[in-house]
Amino acid sequence: MTLKALIDAPSELTDSSSSKTAIVLMTRIRLARNLAGQPFPGWAKPAQREKILEDCTAAVVATSEMKRGVSVGVGELGELEKRILVERHLISRELSGSKQGSGVVISKDQAFSVMVNEEDHLRIQLLRSGFQLKKAWAAINALDSELEETLDFAFSPVLGYLTACPTNLGTAMRASAMMHLPALVIANQMEKVVRAVNQLGMVVRGLFGEGSDACGSIFQISNQTTLGESEEGIIKRLSGVLQSIIEHELNARSKLLEADAGKLFDKIGRAFGILQNGHVISSNEAMNLISLIRLGVDLGVFPDSKRSVTDRLFIEAQPGHLQHAQKGEFEAGQRDLLRAERLRSEFANFSHPDFTLSANGNN
Amino acid sequence: MANPLKCDLCSKPATVHLTQILDNKVHKVDLCEECAQAKGVTDPSGFSLADLLLKASLSPDLAAGGVRCEQCGFTPNDFKKHGRFGCPACYGAFKGILDPMLDGMHKGTVHSGKVPQRALERKTLYDRLTRLEGDLTEAIKAERYEDAARCRDEINQVKQAVGQKAQI
Repeated sequence: MTLKALIDAPSELTDSSSSKTAIVLMTRIRLARNLAGQPFPGWAKPAQREKILEDCTAAVVATSEMKRGVSVGVGELGELEKRILVERHLISRELSGSKQGSGVVISKDQAFSVMVNEEDHLRIQLLRSGFQLKKAWAAINALDSELEETLDFAFSPVLGYLTACPTNLGTAMRASAMMHLPALVIANQMEKVVRAVNQLGMVVRGLFGEGSDACGSIFQISNQTTLGESEEGIIKRLSGVLQSIIEHELNARSKLLEADAGKLFDKIGRAFGILQNGHVISSNEAMNLISLIRLGVDLGVFPDSKRSVTDRLFIEAQPGHLQHAQKGEFEAGQRDLLRAERLRSEFANFSHPDFTLSANGNN
Repeated sequence: MANPLKCDLCSKPATVHLTQILDNKVHKVDLCEECAQAKGVTDPSGFSLADLLLKASLSPDLAAGGVRCEQCGFTPNDFKKHGRFGCPACYGAFKGILDPMLDGMHKGTVHSGKVPQRALERKTLYDRLTRLEGDLTEAIKAERYEDAARCRDEINQVKQAVGQKAQI
């Protein structure tokens, strides 16, 4: 499979939205692994990096999950391709900016991706739509065990998997969920939630990980620590935290409806109006508007089937995807015009909002 | 104040004082305006204390020890600069620096969870093989032929075990 075919194919993130994904958009688990006896990527000499890349890529490509996937070196990727892969969460910003001797292998369904020579020799990742931490762990654990058949991983019985940064020692696992929390944002409760979640040893980040802001009311919640707690333990604790955030979000939604349904519907209705008629829309604004439409779907203002449209647009409104669809590179100002045009046509045939149904929302 | 707090990262006067409670442990960081901006402390959603604490806990007399990782040549100063280690062996070389740092960074200090069983078994077998081959050479040199024969038999056994592992 070529990268171009992969980019144009349906993916785990954009094509499987159902009511199951209502609040948790997607689940992600990543494992960091390093080869025993080899310098970490940031300290390895160019020739060592190349050799590590070659050995790791060969092992990854041979696994059953990756047989029909794509393997590509970062040097072979164009700027736009890198941007698209970052927007799909298949590679990190760090990898996209890295020097020679890095690469990525992506499975055909774009659920698995393995970055080679990012911060660690291997960053194995699995994306699943919706709230599927346990299933995701089972699947990524199997891929990791398969890799272990051919690769000798750096491991210490005391410190666990040895990683370039000591913050990842132990399981070297980061499990996270991407959550859509518009009511908590509207009700100004996110700060409280972030603080509570931090106290439980979990981290809250924006959509694109470290340092990114939380546009579109989308937050990434993940475990902070990796040493001293088993993978299952971390996942159980994270699931508990996610469950309680879901409850808080649902509560906040009911309260907003009870207190002032008119104000909430006004926000959703205006968002719909701008998406149908706007002419200049930045990606940030687009995210926030689409987020309100998605809230509308959850509340029953729009039919459930439209959630897949909003989830697809979250990704397609990003600069890389927009330019890919328009087959060219454009400046930011021009992109905002093109984005608005694209959104107008998407929303011209969207269902008409029905504000009478919504009292029984919360599905 | 006679002794104003200094920034944990660059030792300019600190103006941002941050306290975060993680897992019921209190972590404190003092930063100057610039470092606070650069580290995204002002953006509560994207900020994690762990990375900062990691560097902050290191700042004093790190370079003093003069330790160096024998495997990759990494020094504590390199760690201070990059916030990452050079190779897996660094964890052994810099144990003295690492241990106080780990305390408070994670939930515990001992790994619990997945163990790469296959890779470890393989390593144990290879280590044993290397040792036996050394013993064999020595025994032959010293003309201890009975020992040599025993080594050879054991080597054959281990090789067989390695072969079986490879086929699984």
